[in-house]
Parts: sequence; C-alpha cells; structure tokens
Amino acid sequence: MMKELALHILDIMENSIRAKASKISVSLVEDSQSNQFILTIQDNGKGMDQEVLARVKDPFFTEQNKKVGMGIPLLEQLTSLCGGELTIDSQPGKGTSIRATFQRNHIDLPPLGNLPETLMVVYASHPEIEIEYEHVKDNCRWSFNTKKMSQELGLQGPQDILPVLQSIKEWIQYQENQIQEGV
Amino acid sequence: MKITSIDDLKRIKEEAQKNTMLREGTADVKIVVCMGTCGIAAGARQVMSSILDEISKRNLKNVIVTQAGCIGLCDREPLISVEKSGEKVLYGDLSPDKARQIISSHVVNGQIIGEWVVHTER
Repeated sequence: MMKELALHILDIMENSIRAKASKISVSLVEDSQSNQFILTIQDNGKGMDQEVLARVKDPFFTEQNKKVGMGIPLLEQLTSLCGGELTIDSQPGKGTSIRATFQRNHIDLPPLGNLPETLMVVYASHPEIEIEYEHVKDNCRWSFNTKKMSQELGLQGPQDILPVLQSIKEWIQYQENQIQEGV
Repeated sequence: MKITSIDDLKRIKEEAQKNTMLREGTADVKIVVCMGTCGIAAGARQVMSSILDEISKRNLKNVIVTQAGCIGLCDREPLISVEKSGEKVLYGDLSPDKARQIISSHVVNGQIIGEWVVHTER
C-alpha cells in the first residue's frame, strides 16, 4: 500500500506516459454531502483492447518485460478498502480513463500527500506532455494546465523549467491549501 | 516570498533567467530514475525531486533527467542510473540525500560512489 494518494496518482500517470499519451488529465472531486472522493485520471495514450482490459486488475498481468503489474491492483485494493470502486474505460487508439472512488471520511483513506511533487516530477521529465489538473471540493474549484502555464511563463524546455520548479510547487501547494480551507 | 499567483511565477522566472545566463555548464550526463510501482513505493519520487532540485541549485546544463519503469530489481529500489562518458552506473537503495551526493560526487566531480553501485556497464 502506498502512503499517499499522490503516489498512486504518480503511478497511474507513469502508465499513461508508457502508453505514449500527449495529454493526461487528473481530477479530484470531494463532496462532503455525499461523503465521496473521486479521483479520475484520463489520458489519450494507446488504450487497451478488451482482452488486456479484462486482465489489467490481475497483479500477475503486465505488458512490460517483468512478472507482476501492481499499480492498478494496489489502487483497486485501496478503493475497496475505503468503500469505493475502481472502474476503467479504455479504447485502443483513443486512450484510457481510470476512475477511483472512496468514502471521503474513511479511516483507511491515506492523505493526498505531496501532490505538487507528483505533478512536477512528471512535468519536469516530460515537459512535452500536457498535464491538466483539477481539484473540486464542494463549492470550491481550482485547476491548472501545464501547457498554458508553460506558454504564459515562456518555459520552453527542461532548462527553463528547472529554475522555477520549486516555485511552481509552492504555488500549487498554496492553491491546495486554499481549497482545503474552503477559500 | 509567498507564491500565490501566475504573476509571482512570471517574476521568479525572469529573475532565474538573469542568473542562469551568467554560468555555463560542461557535463553531458543522462540520469534515469526507475519509476515503476516498486520504485514509487520505495521513494523514487522524493529521489527524483531531490535530483531536480540539486541540478537546478547547481545550475547544471546538459544534464537530462528522465524516468524508466521497473527493471526487475525491486528490492534495491529506489534505483537511478547515471550515464556519463560512455559509462552507465546503476545505483541502488537510494534516499534523497544519497541522490544529492551522487550529483555532487559523480555528476559534477566524476567520482563514482562505489559503495552504492549495483552494476556498471561500459
């Protein structure tokens, strides 16, 4: 089990990178009224056919050159532990969408953790991939998009990104704190 | 300074640009961080973050940092490989602090830290 939800997010994003996605959308929706926490990760990678999709939750199935594939099984285990479920939609050539639901106040739900680090590790090593992030909590919402941010800040490659990476992380953390406080 | 908006980031970027134009780098290095599920669970994200931070602090040019999946040595995670001057060194059982030391010792000064090496390829 991973200590942070953000680590699960990173793990699933790594799958999208390996599936040659050019865009990854991460969405977190928290609703206090229905006590739900929904994590959705969607990509436009190569997708999976029905045969692969049927086996993807099996920890002994992987498409890489190794024996186990634990990423999705671990996330699924966490959802069922926290009174939720994991659903996967995928179409070859179009992409994959993974939706994990949890009971928001469940004692076994790990903290979100270091989300800025998760997003910025992917951004810094794959600046060509557009990352869209959205966090909705009841009536509050914030979002950002790395493609738009790169354009606005004039960041063209890793050499431009690295000097401001720490500041971008702080900015994301600030926005996350705001939403946790309900601002 | 607290960073609260895109405008704050713009100012920081402009400042950073002024500073980076003053120095030039020499190394030609590729660092690969293993980011499979096993790596992530063992702390690869924190290791990668410390590497990126160290490269930025030292203003190193021509150092590429990228990721790979699981390479089958899950019990030695977090793993990174450093490719420099035709030699590829795989380091294992890392921590963010050890990764910073690899940057200063191996990447900057060319001294391989033998104690942490898992495998070397020429």
